[in-house]
Amino acid sequence: MDFFSSLLELHAGLLKREATASELADLSLQRIATLDDRVHAFLHVSANCVAAAAQKTETVIGRESILDGIPYALKDNMCTRGIETTCASHILKGYIPPYSATVAERLDDAGAVLVGKLNMDEFAMGSSTENSGFFPTRNPWDLERVPGGSSGGAAAAVAAGMVPFALGSDTGGSIRQPAAFCGVVGLKPSYGLVSRFGLVAFASSLDQIGPLTHTVEDAAIVLQAIAGKDERDSTSANIQAPDYRAALTGDVRGLRIGIASEYFGPSVESGVRDAVTKAIALLEQLGATVSPISLPHTEYALSAYYLIAPAEASSNLARYDGVRYGVRAADAGNLLDMYQKTRSTGFGSEVKRRILIGTYALSSGYYDDYYKRAQQVRTLIRQDFLDAFESVDVIVSPTAPTTAFRLGEKVHDPLTMYLSDICTIPVNLAGLPAISVPCGIIDGLPVGLQMIGRMFDEQTLLRAAHAYEQAAGMAPLRPALAMGVKA
Amino acid sequence: MSLSRKDVLHVATLARLHVTDAEQEELAQELSRILAYAAQLNTLDLVASLAGVEVTSHMSVSSMVTRPDAQGESLPPEVVLANAPDAEEQQFRVPAVLEG
Amino acid sequence: MTALETVIGLEVHVELGTKTKIFCSCAAEFGAPPNSHVCPVCLGSPGALPVLNEQALALGIRAALALNCSVPAQSKFDRKNYFYPDSPKAYQISQYDEPIGQHGFIEIAVGGEKKRIGITRVHLEEDAGKLSHSPYGDVSFVDLNRVGIPLIEIVSEPDIRSAEEARLYLEEIRSILQYCLVSECRMEEGSLRCDANISLRPAGQREFGTKTEIKNMNSFRNVQRGLEYEQERQTGILARGENIAQQTLRWDEATGTTLVMRSKEDAHDYRYFPDPDLPRIVLSAAYIDARRGEIPELPTQMRERFEREYGLPAYDAGVLTASRGLAEYFDQTAQRVRDPKSASNWIMGELLAYLKAAMLEIDEIQVTPFALADLIRLIEDGTISAKIAKTLLKDMLDSGKDAKTLIADQGLIQISDEGELRAIALRVLAANPKSVDDYRAGKEKALGSLVGQMMKETRGKANPQIVNRVILELIAGGE
Repeated sequence: MDFFSSLLELHAGLLKREATASELADLSLQRIATLDDRVHAFLHVSANCVAAAAQKTETVIGRESILDGIPYALKDNMCTRGIETTCASHILKGYIPPYSATVAERLDDAGAVLVGKLNMDEFAMGSSTENSGFFPTRNPWDLERVPGGSSGGAAAAVAAGMVPFALGSDTGGSIRQPAAFCGVVGLKPSYGLVSRFGLVAFASSLDQIGPLTHTVEDAAIVLQAIAGKDERDSTSANIQAPDYRAALTGDVRGLRIGIASEYFGPSVESGVRDAVTKAIALLEQLGATVSPISLPHTEYALSAYYLIAPAEASSNLARYDGVRYGVRAADAGNLLDMYQKTRSTGFGSEVKRRILIGTYALSSGYYDDYYKRAQQVRTLIRQDFLDAFESVDVIVSPTAPTTAFRLGEKVHDPLTMYLSDICTIPVNLAGLPAISVPCGIIDGLPVGLQMIGRMFDEQTLLRAAHAYEQAAGMAPLRPALAMGVKA
Repeated sequence: MSLSRKDVLHVATLARLHVTDAEQEELAQELSRILAYAAQLNTLDLVASLAGVEVTSHMSVSSMVTRPDAQGESLPPEVVLANAPDAEEQQFRVPAVLEG
Repeated sequence: MTALETVIGLEVHVELGTKTKIFCSCAAEFGAPPNSHVCPVCLGSPGALPVLNEQALALGIRAALALNCSVPAQSKFDRKNYFYPDSPKAYQISQYDEPIGQHGFIEIAVGGEKKRIGITRVHLEEDAGKLSHSPYGDVSFVDLNRVGIPLIEIVSEPDIRSAEEARLYLEEIRSILQYCLVSECRMEEGSLRCDANISLRPAGQREFGTKTEIKNMNSFRNVQRGLEYEQERQTGILARGENIAQQTLRWDEATGTTLVMRSKEDAHDYRYFPDPDLPRIVLSAAYIDARRGEIPELPTQMRERFEREYGLPAYDAGVLTASRGLAEYFDQTAQRVRDPKSASNWIMGELLAYLKAAMLEIDEIQVTPFALADLIRLIEDGTISAKIAKTLLKDMLDSGKDAKTLIADQGLIQISDEGELRAIALRVLAANPKSVDDYRAGKEKALGSLVGQMMKETRGKANPQIVNRVILELIAGGE
């Protein structure tokens, strides 16, 4: 048993007493100790998680929760009471939240054991985890390459088998793109399905929490535990989560799959294109029908996103002012000076860049030309999807146009970095659910297949992804780094 | 669309960010490039097709989410102040705020 | 030089009378120890999210309707972005272009004439924290208890033409909102706050002059004083041929002057945008009707009814409708007595004096309207004299006992027995021959002295009408 085993296998092992919850927590700590000095996925490891697990197993034994006694980790933008939560930013160094995020509470209720907090691009702004204020995370498949971002720590930790699952957050692709780069499954649920209470906001109308796992079935199990109405999040949808695992029938006969040419533009590398094309062919063999669709406003999605997300961020990040929490610059004279020094030294350059863009887009005289127009474009993009879903059930595309790139390759060119999110961003603008599953390995690097579903139709999405995954026979993917490691 | 150093300074002040002279120049160029890209939203074809299109400012499918007017728990003051960089007598302390 | 016309618009902030804050479940309470009503939402903790208090919304809508606003089926919350230590998120959740109420008005009485003042809008928002400053001027302190107290902001049209009208408008707003149980509207506690815009223009000119904004006028009197001062100041500037500078000013009560807070160049750019954390407000017609149904008879209507139904003078009606509690007290008393004016006299006289001296509100006293009506009826049917009744009312207020109990305890029933009074009168006349002679000599006043003696003898219990008649008869008979 290791963390490439499925959650059901781990659960069965716990029930059969082949391992205890504290042994699993301990195993996680060992894996982290062995691997993380190379991967750098964790910002914080809870040394006392073994003791916590022991206590937990005693109190929850006999319950039917699959996650009972299963270790996991959280991206460091989800608040954990009593445990430092930094968003990988210097401005929140040492910040101990007074409360826990709803997702952390729900996983805790389900019996899962938190082993640590994961690295990310600062405040989730980035696609490579190089924007972490502390250190970059490396891709377990190739330590010279990025794990993607912003949930790079989460993808890398799962990919390297340090934890069986993790939660990330996705604002423009931040779960799916690192999942693709690291060869794991990443699910961004429909906006409103999972509570954002306790998720440190980047762009409130786009952010959504979701699982990173080795298999689609694991993603369904974790989603089950975290989905559903939360009275503390006004944008949380008032729907009862259906039984997601029951949807995994393996049968996609008659499923209508749409292919949008807009997602196969010239920026998509040929290797990625081939892998995705092969995956589509496999789905067809399984009995799905494939037809072309059009999402004509895709070309405007990136522009709209890079106005809306920074605009919301400029407001969401204004609270880091050195008054109530976080780090205050030491040598400030007056109040204005205190604000400016605190924020200028506390935030990294990408965060500052986006705050400035967002502030500009909202400032008087520019609101109509930028922010308002972007929100109108968003309406058109949603409508594109609604129209497409008249004739298809799932839309399939690459998750990212390339495989994992080298550290430092794009960090000095923000615009190019932004362009790598072209396939994932429209989904957030429309609030839809989407998943990335591994669909091949090129030159030793995983490729991700993205599937996009109808609003709140995670069942169909998971069914399609699961059927593909089973037929492709690739999951779980195990990078060479993780092979030689003995637990 | 291009931003001047003065624009950068103005926006930075609004956002309470300090930018050095050197950063002003660099940011003016970077932000100009990003905004030039975003300016595709201002192309005539698109602007024309946007006439009368509603904005999507909320992703939420729910509307009118409210809570009852019932008191819940507040945090103990020591917890409220636990993360404060500077506090005194159960209050947050900041450099003097001039009336205004 | 042509006459100048004063143009004033008011922005009034009112705290809504909810139990909890607008976006979290912390108590909305005045005067608690610092930072004791604070949760992650009030603290602006990373990741915390707002959820709208249904009662804050209901009170806001009720207020908007009571101010004759139209309430649209949809509205939304926006973020108003600015950095200040009293604003924990560095934005205030407010409403920008889709407020809950628009195009309203109220009426005030200016010099006996009714005048309509337009209300541009009513919107919901959250209050900020409280700052205090160290005496050395080096640091300030932040208390977040007030953060998130629900407010409505009421913006008037520039229809106000004098400082007095501004005060009348504000008083009318206060009584309407008090009547509707929307807010206690206590200016001294800050649950009603008022900022004003004021400008001058030559009479007859359509365009507005340059305006100044005045803040910190924290009582009704100061609103009038502040605006009178500013009107004079601007008149002086214009008379010298100079221009008004567009500024935000602070009223300083101690010196009775306005001081510059900031000039137009420092104007904020609040970067309003729709708050993505709060779904749009969607109101059904039934919901709005239900809120309309909660609005009681308002002060203006009640004033008119008191004049019409009870025949009260306008002055009385005005005084008695100053608060809903007082108006209802009078209404219930007046319904149970023969002469409503006597109820008005007792309430405006004895009762209000008592309330003022004891610093109590009408709903805090031990005498119910029923008990007061009983007392008045005892006078009307001649059981006790008005003088005794005054003493009795004091006892009632102090003890909480009703008039009949006190009368029985103290033996205070009026002496109306003519035989008994005649016997006492004979003694009084015999003891005061000079007064009798004076009266006979035409000094009318002497009669008063004799009646006074009668009352003294009977410890005030003698029925004054009978005493008068008996004394006159005896004097006439003795001739």
